[in-house]
Amino acid sequence: MNVLGSLAVASLLAGLGFVGGQAAGLRPVFGTLIPYAAFVTFLLGVSYRILVWMRSPVPFRIPTTCGQQKSLPWIKSSRLENPSSTLGVIGRMALEIGLFRSLFRDTRVELREGPRLAYGEARLLWLGALLFHWSLLFVVLRHLRFFLEPVPAVVNVLASVDSFFQVGAPGLYVTDVVLTGALGYLLLRRLVNPQVRYISLFADYFALFLLLGIAVSGILMRYVVRIDTVAAKQLALGLVTFSPVLPEKVGPLFFVHLFLLSVLAAYFPFSKLMHMGGVFLSPTRNLANTSRMRRHINPWNSPVKVHTYEEWEDEFRDKIKAAGLPLEKE
Amino acid sequence: MAEEAPKPEKLAQVDYRPPGRDWRDPAVELRKGTFCYSAAPKHLEYLGLPNPRPWQPSDADWKLPADWKQIILAGMKDRLERFRSFRLFMDICVRCGACADKCHFYIGSGDPKNMPVLRAELMRSVYRRYFTAAGRLLGPLAGGRELTEDVVKEWFYYFYQCTECRRCSVFCPFGIDTAEVTMMGRELLTLVGCNINWILEPVANSYRTGNHLGIQPHALKDSLDFAVGELEEMTGIRVEAPIGKKGAEILYVIPSAETFGTPHYYTLLGSLLLFHAIGLDYTFSAYASEGGNFGLFTSHEMMKRLNAKIYAEARRLGVKWILGGECGHMWRVVHQYMDTMNGPADFLEEPVSPVTGTRFEHARSTKMVHICEFTADLIRNGKLRLDPSRNDHWSATFHDSCNPARSMGLIEEPRFILRSVMNRFHEMPENTIKERTFCCGSGSGLGTDENFEMRMRGGLPRANAVRHVRDRFGVNLVACVCAIDKATLPPLLEYWVPGVSVAGVHELVGNALVVEGEKERTTDLRGEPTGAGARAAETPAHE
Repeated sequence: MNVLGSLAVASLLAGLGFVGGQAAGLRPVFGTLIPYAAFVTFLLGVSYRILVWMRSPVPFRIPTTCGQQKSLPWIKSSRLENPSSTLGVIGRMALEIGLFRSLFRDTRVELREGPRLAYGEARLLWLGALLFHWSLLFVVLRHLRFFLEPVPAVVNVLASVDSFFQVGAPGLYVTDVVLTGALGYLLLRRLVNPQVRYISLFADYFALFLLLGIAVSGILMRYVVRIDTVAAKQLALGLVTFSPVLPEKVGPLFFVHLFLLSVLAAYFPFSKLMHMGGVFLSPTRNLANTSRMRRHINPWNSPVKVHTYEEWEDEFRDKIKAAGLPLEKE
Repeated sequence: MAEEAPKPEKLAQVDYRPPGRDWRDPAVELRKGTFCYSAAPKHLEYLGLPNPRPWQPSDADWKLPADWKQIILAGMKDRLERFRSFRLFMDICVRCGACADKCHFYIGSGDPKNMPVLRAELMRSVYRRYFTAAGRLLGPLAGGRELTEDVVKEWFYYFYQCTECRRCSVFCPFGIDTAEVTMMGRELLTLVGCNINWILEPVANSYRTGNHLGIQPHALKDSLDFAVGELEEMTGIRVEAPIGKKGAEILYVIPSAETFGTPHYYTLLGSLLLFHAIGLDYTFSAYASEGGNFGLFTSHEMMKRLNAKIYAEARRLGVKWILGGECGHMWRVVHQYMDTMNGPADFLEEPVSPVTGTRFEHARSTKMVHICEFTADLIRNGKLRLDPSRNDHWSATFHDSCNPARSMGLIEEPRFILRSVMNRFHEMPENTIKERTFCCGSGSGLGTDENFEMRMRGGLPRANAVRHVRDRFGVNLVACVCAIDKATLPPLLEYWVPGVSVAGVHELVGNALVVEGEKERTTDLRGEPTGAGARAAETPAHE
């Protein structure tokens, strides 16, 4: 249900984009209005979500420590896995965000006869996730050539590095292949692994189908159907310079691409995709393990009722006395 | 308990195939042996907690308050606003499933709701339904789920089937910590009076008398006197064990189990001997006679209420700083919560070892030092005379307790001590130690007899790793620094790996410690003969 349902919704959206690109009356809606609305929703939505997170305080210093603490000077502490300084935290976060350090630890456990538990390396998810995210970043950066005139040298370098293998014309981008392949793997894993399939929700498939739709429509435009990139750039530039134009030559496939992207952007703040912003705020990762070195302040450290020493002594006075233990009040 | 529990061979048949039923169906089967009994109303009353009443989880009617739903939803809202961890962890999970087989309860039970991701989803689905725009609008399509009485029962079952060990959070790419979610779940359940007795009884006792078992001041004195007497018999040395001594340099706080439970008690003997050997000016306290804090397993407020006694007593007695004994969750509270909750401890001094002069700079604000940090420093500075051969009857491994490992990073200190006080030490496999250590299966207040089957299931990964080193290296002892471990590992190992004992690190220190004026030591602190071969019968041949 979740799989077919989300596939159906994503396909419907793609179809909508296709229709929107063909019907003359709808082109301003799909080519201008919706992208703007989506972009605004994205910006406001993401800001709002991050604001809501920031509004909740971090009452306690609760890093998950994954290595030796800094204690005695002759014991080597683990600066990245159990940071005790801001620099260490930055390093830990950089590893986490850039290389998915924690996911790299992944193992697979198997219960064998005996019983005997065997732990195997399981780096495929890490690899798939890493390839997906990095290639997505490359693809997004490459797209800057549609939004900037003149195209910055960096973007051109990026594009030439990406098409390093010089296969076909236009040159095949490695990231296109990797991005689609990685998305395919992530989808396949959700479908094939019984545990992952069991936990997967509509939203999990939907995000994948949307991304796949965007990637595939983009690839088709570059390598198969070949759209007029000059026209596409006109449209993109028009959008970013707030003087939207709708060149006749951009075909319906482009509208599929643009519409799915708009949907993704508008959906982003309301979805699990917010993990992009959230990972920076995770208190188990972005705090130094200095709980005993420096007092962490809890803004709402609410007063509680305690059993005071005086009350305690009053209750047990006779017994304390009989045992010959010291008392505050005889 | 154990008599009715299934045989290990049967328990080891774990079916990991997910059931056909959708997980959003909250119905749970409360099978005997897999859940904990409810808290007696008198404990709730004593602590001023809501909805005290007689009830059991197996009852059809849990006698929730009439407005239970409003209470829980209001409680959720309040906590979402107070804890960024909670709000964030409700929002950012992508359900990648990397955490699934990292949970000892999932490995041991195959129940998909024991996958950390699903345990949290039990809460997240309700969060989405009531606290997100999409969930309010689209309900199930946006992953939302109605909060019903069945959901409350499901929460009770699964949030008391998580030991808050934080292992999953080591592997999560966003650091999502199920312990945080479970803690919130238990707080919400507390709001409607759904507590378990094995947690609330120690909490109530601790609040009243100062310790979990409700040992009153005179009984504590008796226990310590008894220990002093036993130690004298074994070593010929009469040590002191002062209680409430004003002006002592150090307040020593231990898990109270050390005064009455075995094998905890031998750790007490070891530390008493150690303090005598170095001439430490210290004192116990009867008011703060418990380092353990089951408030951690109830609510942040309860944790604070119990923990307050330690600083209060340090202030009253006028000590310079505090030393803490071997206890896992106690150290989570001390390390990550105490200073924030009940500090600042500006009436204490930055801890300095009176023997070596070492400044414990890492504890300069909280002013509390772990006994392993303290002892490691003594050994490193050559202040102890040690005869490791006195532990030759043991071949040990070290079990990292969840909290010191993953909420502190106390990893090398106990290992350094063990390697100094004994000759035979072997590590368990890399995937089961240090930050990847496996819980004993009974932490966070679940170590009760009625929960025996689930404890054995949850402890399977730990026991299995012990079995590996028993078969491979002839290991016959699991050393650890946690009172819950000392209570619950023995039955666990008895069940899965017979022939392996459990000891605290400072019991082994006490064995090896050569103290001036001692008589010839023919036994260890258990009163058993020492030396290689003494326990050979228990060491199985290599397989």
